[in-house]
Amino acid sequence: MSTLKSIVRRVISSIPVLIGVVLIIYLILRVLPGNAIATMMGEHYNAEAERTIIAELGLDKPWYVQFWMYIAGLFTGDMGTSIKYHKPVSELIATYFPVTIKLSVMAALVAWVVGIVCGVISAMRKDKLADRIGMGFSLLGVSVPVFMTAMVLQFLLAYKLGWFPIQGTKEGLVCYILPAIALGWSSAGSVARLTRSTLLEVMGSDYIDTARAKGRSVSGAVVFHALRNALIPVVTVMAIQISSLLSGAVITETIFSLPGIGRLCVDAISGRDVPLLQGSVIFATVLVIAGNLVADCLYSVLDPRIRKEV
Amino acid sequence: MAVFKTKTAAVSEELASQIGESESLSVQLRRMARKNKLAVASAVILVLLVLAAIFVPILSPYDATVGDPSIRLKPPSGAHWLGTDEMGRDVLTRLLYGARISLAVGVVPTLISMVIGVFMGVIAGYMGGKIDYIIMRFADVMLAFPSLLLAMVIMYTLGGGMMNIFMALALVGWASVARVARSETISLKESEYVQAARSIGVPSGRIIRRHIFPNCLPALIVLFTLNIPSAILTESSLSFLGVGVQLPNSSWGLMVNMGRQFLYNAPWISLAPSAAIMLVVLCCNFLGDGLRDALDPHLNNE
Repeated sequence: MSTLKSIVRRVISSIPVLIGVVLIIYLILRVLPGNAIATMMGEHYNAEAERTIIAELGLDKPWYVQFWMYIAGLFTGDMGTSIKYHKPVSELIATYFPVTIKLSVMAALVAWVVGIVCGVISAMRKDKLADRIGMGFSLLGVSVPVFMTAMVLQFLLAYKLGWFPIQGTKEGLVCYILPAIALGWSSAGSVARLTRSTLLEVMGSDYIDTARAKGRSVSGAVVFHALRNALIPVVTVMAIQISSLLSGAVITETIFSLPGIGRLCVDAISGRDVPLLQGSVIFATVLVIAGNLVADCLYSVLDPRIRKEV
Repeated sequence: MAVFKTKTAAVSEELASQIGESESLSVQLRRMARKNKLAVASAVILVLLVLAAIFVPILSPYDATVGDPSIRLKPPSGAHWLGTDEMGRDVLTRLLYGARISLAVGVVPTLISMVIGVFMGVIAGYMGGKIDYIIMRFADVMLAFPSLLLAMVIMYTLGGGMMNIFMALALVGWASVARVARSETISLKESEYVQAARSIGVPSGRIIRRHIFPNCLPALIVLFTLNIPSAILTESSLSFLGVGVQLPNSSWGLMVNMGRQFLYNAPWISLAPSAAIMLVVLCCNFLGDGLRDALDPHLNNE
């Protein structure tokens, strides 16, 4: 099967998941117990106004009709109107999204660099002290809560030493360095572990022995022969990490006051803004699905042996 | 003749696996204890923490809710090992009371998600076909959500409170368990003793109970230990954002959240519970890795 055909098949197979995601969020937020309108109005509750809002939003129609209206809206980029900001949700997401992208890309870079370096060192010095330190450092990153790293970095490097801005995005990319470290470190662990195990596996294969027999040094064999193959699963795990990066972004964006998608979700919850919450969570999940899709496609492009199975 | 042969093979295999399982589990655990000191140390720390959380009313001379306003925001000292908070309460005492909730949040929802996940996964793997397709697509959908965001949405709908946190975390966690249980079941379904049991007409329910479930157990124990930390981390993130545990209850995540406004003049208030979360998560990870090496040899390569 050609690569293109398998990619197309993979794209088609993610459509039911996409619909399922929208349906589940829709059901949780609109159909489960609790009257969203009453909660939304809080102490300003008034039965007359409630009926007007319900009719306006089409909430008096059966849930599947509403769901269909919502889905139809999604296709045209209409995700409803934010109650808190009185703006279209899609417009808000478009404004907040670039911040999350910058943060996630920088965090992914941190995770990649720290993870691959730790993984390679650990694999080359297997069972030695460097292996323990490398694995320990990356395991620590997985175990430390993101908010702890973020607060400690903020306290020490921004507040005490003043090297970085404490919060906000006024000073440009510098503002993203601390949040990206806090976020990236938590993802570095799985990259490091995977790099180590795949590298060890690859190092045992015949073609590495051949390269060594032809006079390559160990580090030469790692850099020029082994790493190329060992990093294939690592590339895909990075795309899968988008999910945990987005979860972590909620925390880091809150601590460093970055106006991103995570911050938007937290704002939506505190402002009881259902359309905004729905829109931003669906948007974040679509990113994850797209990330998984890219991972699978990259995998089949990078490793021809996989093509049949995708 | 052939049927008879398979039957004896199945019986002897079953006997062997029963004897072997019960014997090797303790042997394997002892080997882990000898080889993996880190896992043992982690288990000891976790047990000590549980004991401290249970006996904190006896161990601590301080009250967790009523503070002494004359000693507000005092740094760690001999009398207050982890300092005092903005109301003059002992941080260590509050930390140990908070451990009750944080540890419960680690264990209870993980157990619930294991039960749901194993049920769904074993059914999907064993039945195959349409049922398998439907359950696993559902699991795919659940796994597509960033876990914290899904938990936030569920908490938003259900409102705060312990039971709701348990439910939210269980709903977030079951899908990954189902995947593992399904793949284990599929590989066990092809094994000779299950085929043999099927060929002599043992009902499906009994095959699942007697042959499939016990053999999934090692993988599930490992998964359980490794899922506890993610439940603890998700809860602490929820409470940190203010949508998790609500006052007057207090979890570590909520303590971090409350102490955050004093980060610059009294960092110990939020750093102590953060460090406690880190310690528990690290210990669970070490223990889980140790158990994986000891119990589940075919997971080692992953």
